[in-house]
Amino acid sequence: MNHNTIFLSVGFLGTFPAPGENAVANYDEDTLSMAVAADIDCLSGMERERVDGLYLATTSQPYLLRQNSAIVATALDLQPGIRTADFVGSTKAGTSALLSACDAVKGETSSSILVCASDCRLSKPGSSQEPLYGDGAAALLVGRDDVIATFEGSYSVSYDFPDRWRAAGEKFEHAWEDRFIRDEGYARMIPEVISGLLKKYNLNINDFAKMAYPCLYAREHSAIAKRLGIEAGRIQDTLLDKIGDTGSASPLMMLAAALEDAKPGDNILVVSFGNGGDALFFKVTEGIKRLADRRGVKKNLASKKELASYEKYLAFRNLAPMDLGMRAEESVRTPMSTLFRERKSILSLCGSKCKRCGTPQYPAQRVCVNPDCGAVDEMESYRFSDKNGIIFTYTGDNLAASIDPPAIYGFVDFEGGGRFWFDLTDCDLDSVKVGMPVQMTFRRRYVDDASGVYGYSWKATPIRV
Amino acid sequence: MMLVGSMVTLGRPRRYVSEDKRINMGKIEMAEGIKDKVAIIGMGCTEFGELWNKSAEDLMVDAFKECIEDAGVEKKDIQAAWLGVHFEEQSVGKGATSLALTLKLPFIPVTRVDNFCATGTEALRGACYAVASGAYNIALALGVEKLKDTGYGGLPGFRNLMGPKNTLIMPKFTAPGAFAMMATKYFAVYGLSPDEGKRMLSKVSVKSHHNGALNPKAHLRREVTEEQIMNAPIIAWPLGLFDCCGVSDGSAAAIVTRADMTKNFRADPVYIKSLQIALSSGEELMYTKWDGAHVETGYRAGALAYNEAGIKDPRKEVSMAEVHDCFSITEAVTMEDLQFSLRGRVKDDIEAGRFNLDGEQPIQPDGGLKCFGHPIGASGLRMMYEMYKQLQGKAQQPERQLKNPKIGLTHNMGGFPAMNVVSVAIVGL
Repeated sequence: MNHNTIFLSVGFLGTFPAPGENAVANYDEDTLSMAVAADIDCLSGMERERVDGLYLATTSQPYLLRQNSAIVATALDLQPGIRTADFVGSTKAGTSALLSACDAVKGETSSSILVCASDCRLSKPGSSQEPLYGDGAAALLVGRDDVIATFEGSYSVSYDFPDRWRAAGEKFEHAWEDRFIRDEGYARMIPEVISGLLKKYNLNINDFAKMAYPCLYAREHSAIAKRLGIEAGRIQDTLLDKIGDTGSASPLMMLAAALEDAKPGDNILVVSFGNGGDALFFKVTEGIKRLADRRGVKKNLASKKELASYEKYLAFRNLAPMDLGMRAEESVRTPMSTLFRERKSILSLCGSKCKRCGTPQYPAQRVCVNPDCGAVDEMESYRFSDKNGIIFTYTGDNLAASIDPPAIYGFVDFEGGGRFWFDLTDCDLDSVKVGMPVQMTFRRRYVDDASGVYGYSWKATPIRV
Repeated sequence: MMLVGSMVTLGRPRRYVSEDKRINMGKIEMAEGIKDKVAIIGMGCTEFGELWNKSAEDLMVDAFKECIEDAGVEKKDIQAAWLGVHFEEQSVGKGATSLALTLKLPFIPVTRVDNFCATGTEALRGACYAVASGAYNIALALGVEKLKDTGYGGLPGFRNLMGPKNTLIMPKFTAPGAFAMMATKYFAVYGLSPDEGKRMLSKVSVKSHHNGALNPKAHLRREVTEEQIMNAPIIAWPLGLFDCCGVSDGSAAAIVTRADMTKNFRADPVYIKSLQIALSSGEELMYTKWDGAHVETGYRAGALAYNEAGIKDPRKEVSMAEVHDCFSITEAVTMEDLQFSLRGRVKDDIEAGRFNLDGEQPIQPDGGLKCFGHPIGASGLRMMYEMYKQLQGKAQQPERQLKNPKIGLTHNMGGFPAMNVVSVAIVGL
């Protein structure tokens, strides 16, 4: 969403127009769905079965009780024999998770930990945070073999710095005066943590090919570089005017962006900010050349879609009550025992594949759906979430209750076999055609207010280029 | 059936019968069938519409009164009853007590049935089988639905159509959306542009509105033009407002008896020639051979029914039909599924006016679901009411009466094209 779109709608409240845009999650995206998307991108070309830990960092977790990382791990169809943990409570949670993963792998308690940081933070309409914050997620796989960068060391500082806070039960965060955050926060703590790391490892500021450090205030970001003597070409873009501040995901996203342009031998410094901050020092290896192509920051930015309606944004984030008709008001009560029993179908998008005839089928069946086969209980689990498909048929439904009508859904025929019907997302009706290639994406499908449950499952989406 | 170990096969493996092949009934040992064993001796049907001042119970009484009067029997003669209602939570509640209580049926067996949109026909099937078995001599089938107490248009939510598990993985679809996908696919398979396809479908609705306008019991009694239909707001692409049937309240009922007992009641009973249903096996939804441009169960139920009724050439032998035109595309595809039209060629028949009131094979002579709306439990019996009256030469409004119909067919499809039940009932003199 362009900052001007926001300004035109709520500028009357006295906000200032600033150039740039910020990333806004679609109506069916949230912290967990974006974490899954980033994880899938990170895992491309990797063996999922080898992952033995998943850490999720966020300040906008849907659940306070029910481990968010466990939901993400289930969506990814990771083995149950893994360590999952949520890192929350500060925008430095992303680097906290990354540090913990590095320590665990170094200490040989784990061999391969997927670290993702994701934030989809609600801002009060008209607030100064609104154009500054962006929704996004980044993921890194921490392991021992074939690494693309080695973890060389870190330095942390911790302060109870009350720049922003949100108490339990509150929907929006509070912020103290910008000048205080700038002067006492970024301007003091970023140099402190960077200097601490340089001193600890006896390094010079320009030993780093890229220095990724945050600052919400662009002018201060440059001023910090000047004060520390960082050469211009070594400063990693904060992505603030393209994506916005993605909170706990921000340092990991900057690291991912730095790695996209890195060459073997480069030193990269990543710094987080939030109640102090962490500085992490990585050295890029020859492995970077062998890393399979992935979407990363560049391709995702290149395939952005502009949201031109601020009102739609308010509706998507449930910031203004919208009338979806009485059809939308039918109550759902999520049967949690069903959800658990059927987690492989619902959250992992796993069906079954007949061992006798090889037919993939979704949801999992005990009796083979192939009429020429008829095998019973000869199935093995089969994951559809990583299979592409084509649209068999579709519609755009104006009667179905949707915050973004028409509700587009259709049947997907999967490559390798299997057919089922799914919602389609991230597309316009006019662009959908019979035979169009699609991929699967994990989304929040509904909110069950009465039960306090967020319902997730998979949707189809046109393959992003 | 016993399931032992992991190597047991359910049933005999069979070849997928694609839509263009005829089912070879010769290899399956057929039961004797229901043909000419049971007759309908009385029917009743309420006006259908947005009946704000009528409850489901009022509608039951209205349909029953006409039915019992037409049959010339008394309530005490009825030995068993079947009630068809689908969205029971909107109206009569669970079980069958609502029928017994409303009609004050004197401690007789009453059974409630539900099978999606085939519910009304299922009530009739239950009553007919009971009579045919010799368990009872006279049975009542009554279907009712009160849809207009939801507060919004369209059918109530399909949230639990396939149970809570599927609710968690399937789109929040509606009936128009589910059937619109068949239109999308039909157009794609047969190379029709959206405009050509919609034009074909608009003729289906023009015809039904013409018939409905003549029928005093219909809900929508207004002629519409092709242009109105083409330009109507889209409900679910590519289906517009006039491609969708109405939503209404209504009830219909039938009294059936053994064929050899009909003389005690009337001179012009209508005989059951066939009662068949077919249900999806999951192949359409989860396997990849179904083409999405036809309803497999429609073809199967039709073939079973023709076999039971001894009909060799449905295009010639079936005089008229009331088919499940919940949406214009459903009627179009059904013409092919029931072998009235060749695969992919229904357009030719529609354009030639074959299915018009004055055509060779009138379809929806009463206006269909298009003009009656679709109170789920009542529709199958409402369709049968039209066949019954037409066969007896007693269609209300003389201009609606068809010339000497011999065989009438009703067809219901419940669910959605990829997962459904289809019923086909054939009746004659």
